[in-house]
Amino acid sequence: MTGYDEERIAALLRLLPQPPLGWVLAAQELPQARAEIAGLVARAEADAATRARIVADLESALLAEGIAPTPSVVAALRASLHAD
Amino acid sequence: MAEITTDAQLVARCRSGDQEAWNELVERFSRYVFAICVQAFRLPSEDAEDVFQEVFARVYQHLDRLRSDDSIRPWIAQLTRRLCIDRLRSSGREGPAEEDDLDPGGVDEALAGLDDALTVRACLDAVGDPCREILDRFFCRDESYKAIGDALDLPAGTIASRISRCLAKVRAELEGRS
Repeated sequence: MTGYDEERIAALLRLLPQPPLGWVLAAQELPQARAEIAGLVARAEADAATRARIVADLESALLAEGIAPTPSVVAALRASLHAD
Repeated sequence: MAEITTDAQLVARCRSGDQEAWNELVERFSRYVFAICVQAFRLPSEDAEDVFQEVFARVYQHLDRLRSDDSIRPWIAQLTRRLCIDRLRSSGREGPAEEDDLDPGGVDEALAGLDDALTVRACLDAVGDPCREILDRFFCRDESYKAIGDALDLPAGTIASRISRCLAKVRAELEGRS
């Protein structure tokens, strides 16, 4: 990067506004969400009825655990259940 | 000057399960990922949010596969780019679905600008507060001198000169790195 006078620095700073706070928090909570997904999957493995309930409605199962059912979290749960 | 953890150090700490390090990694790259989604690829908010979350989910999941801890930044850029293109394809806005159809000149130029912007942002983080706070409020949040003065308990009449001095500090930090 060359030729960075103050005007250019200011222009470059403007290029990176803060994303919505909720997006950032959801991404930061990923490790916790993954751990809770692992708990859900363990319960599904241990009990067929629980597994059927979770598979029938992944989003509700996540919400019941207090996990925001973002598409990536739902996909992670689906993949974990299908990997059994 | 603030003490800054390098990307490689941050990745190593994340790999060991350090939640604080993960929070910092997300904070460090969130603006970059967001800007690639909404500026370079002009995704609508809902699609941008999905891509944003998917990028960090994959980073978290595949951190062990990173060949070099220093390469997290280009990896995130490439991953975000690929997921944006996938999103455009799946939503049918891209037509024939070839990457070249996305006006690679425009996208590449935007990505290069964002890469420079991330370097400047890293220098701003290195300069630390109060410059980081003042410049972020003025340039990124578009706050007035008065709003900044009120928030930071500083005379509004001094904000312009503080901004100027802070920009000079960021410039010095940039020059020190080049």
